[in-house]
Amino acid sequence: MPFLELRGLVKSFGPTRVVKDFDLGIDKGEFVSLLGPSGCGKTTVLRMVAGFETPTSGAILIEGKDIVGQRPNQRKIGMVFQSYALFPNLTVAQNVAFGLRVAGMASSESEARVAEMLRLIGLPELGGRYPFQLSGGQQQRVALARAIAVRPRVLLLDEPLSALDAKIRVSLREEIRAIQRELGITTLFVTHDQEEALTMSDRVVVMNGGIAEQVGSPHQVYNRPATRFVANFVGTLNNFTAIVEDSSQDLVSLGGAQIKLPGGALAGRTKGDRQTLALRPEAVRLGRNEASDFHLAAIVEDVSFLGSVIRIRAKAAESSVSLDTFNRAEVPPPAIGSEIDISFSRRDLIVLAG
Amino acid sequence: MSAAKLWSWIAFIFGFLFFFLPLIGTFEFSLRARRGVYSFDAYSNVLSDPQFRETFTYSVVMALFTIVLGVLIVAPTAFWVRLKLPKLRPVVEFITLLPLVIPPIVIVFGYIRLYNTSSYLPLTGTAFGTNILMMCGYATLALPYMYRAVDTGLRTIDVGTLTEAAQSLGAGWTTIITRLILPNVLVAVLSGAFLTFAIVIGEYVFAALLNRPAFGPYMVWMGGNRAYEPAALAVIAFTITWACMALIQLATRFSKHTRAQR
Repeated sequence: MPFLELRGLVKSFGPTRVVKDFDLGIDKGEFVSLLGPSGCGKTTVLRMVAGFETPTSGAILIEGKDIVGQRPNQRKIGMVFQSYALFPNLTVAQNVAFGLRVAGMASSESEARVAEMLRLIGLPELGGRYPFQLSGGQQQRVALARAIAVRPRVLLLDEPLSALDAKIRVSLREEIRAIQRELGITTLFVTHDQEEALTMSDRVVVMNGGIAEQVGSPHQVYNRPATRFVANFVGTLNNFTAIVEDSSQDLVSLGGAQIKLPGGALAGRTKGDRQTLALRPEAVRLGRNEASDFHLAAIVEDVSFLGSVIRIRAKAAESSVSLDTFNRAEVPPPAIGSEIDISFSRRDLIVLAG
Repeated sequence: MSAAKLWSWIAFIFGFLFFFLPLIGTFEFSLRARRGVYSFDAYSNVLSDPQFRETFTYSVVMALFTIVLGVLIVAPTAFWVRLKLPKLRPVVEFITLLPLVIPPIVIVFGYIRLYNTSSYLPLTGTAFGTNILMMCGYATLALPYMYRAVDTGLRTIDVGTLTEAAQSLGAGWTTIITRLILPNVLVAVLSGAFLTFAIVIGEYVFAALLNRPAFGPYMVWMGGNRAYEPAALAVIAFTITWACMALIQLATRFSKHTRAQR
């Protein structure tokens, strides 16, 4: 039985149904991310778990007990907000102690817990400061300490890194994950940033239009997207339009070459149909490669220098193709307009439905 | 000195003279109670008058209770409207503005009609009941100022998210309002309280028609019967007002958490 279970969750605002029959089970200590574009319903799901929104129908169970009827302050669920939401009239230590004092914890015990939490987030000496005296990253650490100080049953993170600059975002996500692992808190994390979701999560729920398009490990979601939306939303994707040659043999043609797809990939298709094939940029190689099954001629359209990686956009088989190659100082990137060969392996192709 | 600076100084001096010359004149006049020399006789007359002490104390106590009542009504209302009923805000704002367009005499006659000794709630039958009635009336008169002050204070904080953060930490509504919302809008509440204090101290119509020994009717009586003491009273009233403003400034300065946000 999952520790936290969302069963048939539906939420409507007037005539608009923003969450549609949403099911999810989260094991104890698991870190699950809800990933999706703005308006996909991920924050609404989180707010329903927190108790700030009431589901139109469905159940939210923690350890098998439905909590839908409970008020937010009765649920023992910690939450970290995008805007930190630290209480400006309280010091850092008072902020962290707030939930403990509300719960009636003795001040000596509460002080010890606050000190422990401040040590955990690496700010043991800042207890006497006010929130306005802290940087954004420090404020969010304090918000995390405040949320976990009360030992919540579930921790909800509502885009906690979105308001921070890129460098702090990366370091803080590692810290959050480390703390979550150390304390073993069941965590539900909402983000629209695929990198955050993929790096931090045990499992990722990709949401679109109020439904879960795919639930799986970051590896599964990235490498084996279940739907066209997941494939396009998670990571960068190259789409090729191939023509079905023989669906019984799983054969398609692309740029003059025949490709045999995995068994059953063309079920229901007839000769001459168009079939979308997708490839991750890192699965496309520059030049002819012994390990690759297919080669295509391409013309370079754009070259982006990303530091350790160079991303090349080229035109091949009437499609725009992005490919990533490691930056090596002795090999200059190809010039725009030059002719190149690109290659890829059959096993890396993602066959998209429709 | 540049032309812009010169004009700034001219505007400042004009404003200063416009506001302070009458005050200086009043103050100078209040010192002339003793023929031929300046003295504080008018002030000592006023301050030693038992009626002054009684009426002033009465009005101060009424003002303090009115402030408490006003905060108790306005703070949760403004908080709730901002948090849960934002669509009702224009309606609530309109209601809070009504005391500015309905003359106090209409309100007090309404009160007398509704709460006279032959009504179901005969508040005017006892001094205590009348005090309660007058406090409610004062809270109504101060409503436009108190509501706006508190609402403006609430606008400076993210009420929704702070409330949700507190709820997720187990806090109930009373804790949220007393430990989070009120301390964070303290300066705004103090502004509203100061305005309420000023209104109550000088209010005449309610006190006169409900026949209560307040400072407003005393000032009017004094103005009609003495020469120098009314001027001394006016200066005292101004001093009290400025002292209140200074207190608000002090409170703002010592409120550490608001220093950076302003």
